[in-house]
Amino acid sequence: MGTVLKIENLHKSFGDLKVLNGVSLELKRGETKVIIGPSGTGKSTLLGCVNRLIEPDQGIIWVSDEEITSKTIDLNKVRTEIGFVFQDFNLFTHLTALENVKIGPQKVRKLHKQEAHDLALEELKRVGLSDKANAYPAELSGGQKQRVSIARALAMNPKVMLFDEPTSALDPELIGEVLEVMISLAKEDMTMLIVTHEMGFARVVSDEIIFMEHGNIVEEGPPSQLFNNAQHSRTKEFLHKLTELYGEKKEDAQ
Amino acid sequence: MIYQILLEELPYLLQGVLIIIELLVLLLLLGLIVGIALSAMEVYGNFFLRQSARAFIRIFRGVPATVLLFLVYYGMSGLYDIPSFAAAVLALGLRSAAYQSQIFRGAIESIPSGQMKAAHAIGMNKIQGVLFIILPQAVRLSIGPWSNEFSSELKATSLAYLVGVVELLRRGKYIVSYTYGNALVVFVFCGVIYFILTRLGNNLLYKFEIRISVPGFERRNVRESTIKG
Repeated sequence: MGTVLKIENLHKSFGDLKVLNGVSLELKRGETKVIIGPSGTGKSTLLGCVNRLIEPDQGIIWVSDEEITSKTIDLNKVRTEIGFVFQDFNLFTHLTALENVKIGPQKVRKLHKQEAHDLALEELKRVGLSDKANAYPAELSGGQKQRVSIARALAMNPKVMLFDEPTSALDPELIGEVLEVMISLAKEDMTMLIVTHEMGFARVVSDEIIFMEHGNIVEEGPPSQLFNNAQHSRTKEFLHKLTELYGEKKEDAQ
Repeated sequence: MIYQILLEELPYLLQGVLIIIELLVLLLLLGLIVGIALSAMEVYGNFFLRQSARAFIRIFRGVPATVLLFLVYYGMSGLYDIPSFAAAVLALGLRSAAYQSQIFRGAIESIPSGQMKAAHAIGMNKIQGVLFIILPQAVRLSIGPWSNEFSSELKATSLAYLVGVVELLRRGKYIVSYTYGNALVVFVFCGVIYFILTRLGNNLLYKFEIRISVPGFERRNVRESTIKG
């Protein structure tokens, strides 16, 4: 299977603070990888660098066979190929759910108005929100907002989807509906890179889990390996803390 | 009787009202276009654009309207003889631009940065982001403060009197002159007309505000009042 996303030796500092310390990873078509790790270890910065909403200092990123860190690349075109889902949704406040999804296809992909409309409806249906097409973001719950924002990203027909803590801003009872949509995307073989703190979800959805700390990838591997047989003490410690926090029993972890 | 004279001179006075409205529309339009440009220069421009915008705004907010009017009308005589009406549009319009720019700058800066990020994330360039995402939201936030600017500019049109535009107030003054008095009645009449125009204009702006309001951008409890009918 072809490689959809490849990151090589990525560095990023904010002032004196080194956030990314030479991160490399690769995502094959249809693969889902989940990045976990303590706060402030550069997970979100890493995602931001992939569509260059954050400029990396050093390192190379390819999406398919395009080097997107190249100086001559058409950044706006590349970004249409990378779906990005934000922690706090960032839905366009003045547009309805349908218009939020439609505006990209219409204004950026230059689809015909009717075509963009039909596509937007289709994508809303995909996230289970066709009945909310005419609602404004202020009229939607957090979970619904995040599903609209996923539909908005999907409508650009991206090669890869990036999720930056998509459920961290949600009330606990609304998390499930968003995760369900993401799981169904994974089943449809969407290529996805996800930053999340939802360990149960991570285990179900991912082909591989990446544990990051201090701007480095400490360990990566299939979920069963990381959760049951982590090689590094830091990984164990982190996962132990989480299970303690959520009061999960060891048997449940199987 | 002065009331009979007022009645007879009503068409003459109403022509003055028309001139006020023309002047107001033109100066607000000039102010709107230049004001949006200035606000965009201030928020999105590089160092040079930002500083030029700021210099312009400082000058036109820091100098009295009367001085600006005299500068444009008398100051340019010899170089170019500008008609008094055009001088009034230019001086008051550029001053309004300075004020309007701050209304739009405030509105643009109050839009969360995530909106532009999301626009970039679906492949919009900066101009598309500003045009399709930022401005439509900023305009909705601007109407309240803009109605202030509208009200004060409507009344500021009377300053055009000073450079010889024969608007409502000057026409009133003519009537006072040739009837040898009646200043109180005539000027109260003029004042009432300004008052009525201000109210009408603000009502229109208010209706416009309701019309383009969407959930999340309601003003003055618009939703509740429309529900109650």
